[in-house]
Amino acid sequence: MTLDMIPKNVMARVTSVTATDAHGLRLMEMGVVPGAPVRVVKAAPLGDPIHVCVRDYHLALRRAEAKSITVTLHESSDLD
Amino acid sequence: MSAIAKTLNHCTPDPSPVDGAHSLTIALAGNPNAGKTSLFNSLTGLRQKVANYPGVTVESKSGLWPLSPMMPPARVIDLPGLYSLDATSLDEEIARDILLGRATNIATPDVIVVAVDATNLVRNLYLASQLIDTGQRVVIALTMFDRAERSQLIIDAEKLGDALGVAVVPVVAKRRRGLAELSKAVLAAMTQGVSAIKSVELSQEVDQASRHSRLIKRYAFIERIVSDTAETGDHRSPNFSEKIDRVVTHRIFGPVILLLVMLLVFQTIFSWASLPMNLIDQVFSALAGAVRTYLPAGILTDLLADGIIAGVGGVLAFLPQILMLFFFISILEDSGYMARAAFLTDRIMRAVGLHGKAFVPLLSSFACAVPGIMATRTIENPKDRIATIMIAPFMSCSARLPVYTLMIAAFFSGQKVLGVISVGALIILGMYLLGIAVAVVVAWIMKRTILKAPAPPFVMELPAYRMPSVGNVAHSLFSRSTVFLKRAGTVILAISILLWALVAFPRAGSGQPGNPADAASVQVQNSFAGRAGRLIEPAIRPLGFDWKIGIGLISSFAARETIISTLSIVYNVGDDSDTNSSSLVDALKNAKRADGSPVWTPLTGLSLMIFFLLACQCMSTVAIVRRETNSWRWPAFMVTYMLALAYVASFVTYQGGQLLGFS
Repeated sequence: MTLDMIPKNVMARVTSVTATDAHGLRLMEMGVVPGAPVRVVKAAPLGDPIHVCVRDYHLALRRAEAKSITVTLHESSDLD
Repeated sequence: MSAIAKTLNHCTPDPSPVDGAHSLTIALAGNPNAGKTSLFNSLTGLRQKVANYPGVTVESKSGLWPLSPMMPPARVIDLPGLYSLDATSLDEEIARDILLGRATNIATPDVIVVAVDATNLVRNLYLASQLIDTGQRVVIALTMFDRAERSQLIIDAEKLGDALGVAVVPVVAKRRRGLAELSKAVLAAMTQGVSAIKSVELSQEVDQASRHSRLIKRYAFIERIVSDTAETGDHRSPNFSEKIDRVVTHRIFGPVILLLVMLLVFQTIFSWASLPMNLIDQVFSALAGAVRTYLPAGILTDLLADGIIAGVGGVLAFLPQILMLFFFISILEDSGYMARAAFLTDRIMRAVGLHGKAFVPLLSSFACAVPGIMATRTIENPKDRIATIMIAPFMSCSARLPVYTLMIAAFFSGQKVLGVISVGALIILGMYLLGIAVAVVVAWIMKRTILKAPAPPFVMELPAYRMPSVGNVAHSLFSRSTVFLKRAGTVILAISILLWALVAFPRAGSGQPGNPADAASVQVQNSFAGRAGRLIEPAIRPLGFDWKIGIGLISSFAARETIISTLSIVYNVGDDSDTNSSSLVDALKNAKRADGSPVWTPLTGLSLMIFFLLACQCMSTVAIVRRETNSWRWPAFMVTYMLALAYVASFVTYQGGQLLGFS
């Protein structure tokens, strides 16, 4: 499952960043690395970009970029 | 990198920094939005220097920080924000080169102070840990510590410092909390060795896979440290910023709020700024009048009254608008709203092939294209950056306002539509919208032709909302106005004097003292400026312009607003010699052609406004584009295509207007 597909306000964890270009690197430098907690907050009024919460901060990215981030939905057991 | 050498050559390098006799060089680094600017302002107070443009490419600030009474204050360089040492944008490249001591002309910093946002530890520590690994002396300033405390985030700074091998000092810049401790930590770092703790070995490998694996290792290392030393908050429950965002980026309220914010900004600039502007205008007119009254008539008095005083007044009259606009821009930036504006507008910007990040530079260009073009540095993709630069001058900058205001005062004042809406306001709004529309079309065409590239990625932090600090806003206003006065002020004053000379020379023989108005008219017609205006008159006649306006056009290629002082000089010279010299507005209204018909009609005024909207009449913009694109090709292209566009649009306006029966 990729980040652009998950429902709003559901905790997930990053499993991989598939983009290998500079922008994939930038996402990873900004903490979007495997294991990082992530949550979709909302979409912009025109549907794109989306607002996500990664770790302790908020990030805006386009759906096209969100597609390159695969995630797995959180199981309640490892929330903490 | 020689660009950097040029960029920062205003900073004098320190020869030997370590012993106490010399002042230290301290680099202030950190992620964007990590509270670096607040910290810099608190450390240096008013002892700071902003690099001036067009002499430099990056706005780099440096200041003096009195570390201890025992030694001269340290020089602090406030670097552009960066997320990592693997730079992806020009700003980051410059910051990295200075941090790593690769920048020629800048001494390798003795100590690097890294601002680390306490509320966003893991990501902020990524850069900090990279810097520690370079083997330089690093001190971490844990910024926004009060926020962390408020959100029940408990950080053991000492333990964190031990784990990283550097000093970690909690600070609250606005309240000056922790600043003394930070000074002590910097001084201590000078005497101690560097951290022996290496999280991940830095290597020269450049292939993607090893880069990624090192990156992941570094994050794992940081996460381990943070979980040992801090009790992080709960990321499941929405925080304060997110609650604000529920309204501010709401599907319906979001765009409405954005519109209201823009409306407030423009309303302020147009109505409130006019009060101080008129005051400045009156003071300088009175001053020029006094000079004429008390000094003997002659060339020096003319120079003083028409050249210098008029020029200085023309420069200062701009200041209220610039201050008010930057007041808003700095509040919007400081509060975190600017990023939301980019978030809201990205989809629209993308429709023309641009990035949401282009919104801020383009919005800034409404004040002045020069800082706007400089702000495009945050756009990583070079083609996007150039496209944004190329359309930035279409945003109606404040230098056009005097032209619009003069034309409206002369030809559209007091007129109303439907009894309430002023025609002047509608015309100004129309100019702004036309500028935006032309920019959209030009960007669309460029992105499909000469700047063809796939849609750029959009990854942008939405910083936590914060109360804009009075200090930061004041600093920003102060630096903007100094930069404007130095840059524009000197240029405009010089041009004002030059133009006065162009009109005053060569001197017409003062043969018949008969009618002074005639003598003055003869003077203008035979002056250098008059000759040049006549030379281009055939080309501009289809736009509704005569040779006097031609003089104005020629002079305004240096800076748009100079047309006002040019017209003042041109018309004052040809003015009635009555003691009650008429204002420029009356002079324009009363100007007649040889056949007795008025030179200026509302249609002429409109045509002139459109010409000024679309033509690139600004030396400073040309200079900054040359710097930013590192070639003459782009500025030359910009001037040419904008001039062609302006000519065609004015032609269509004037000729079309006449065909439709307007005058």
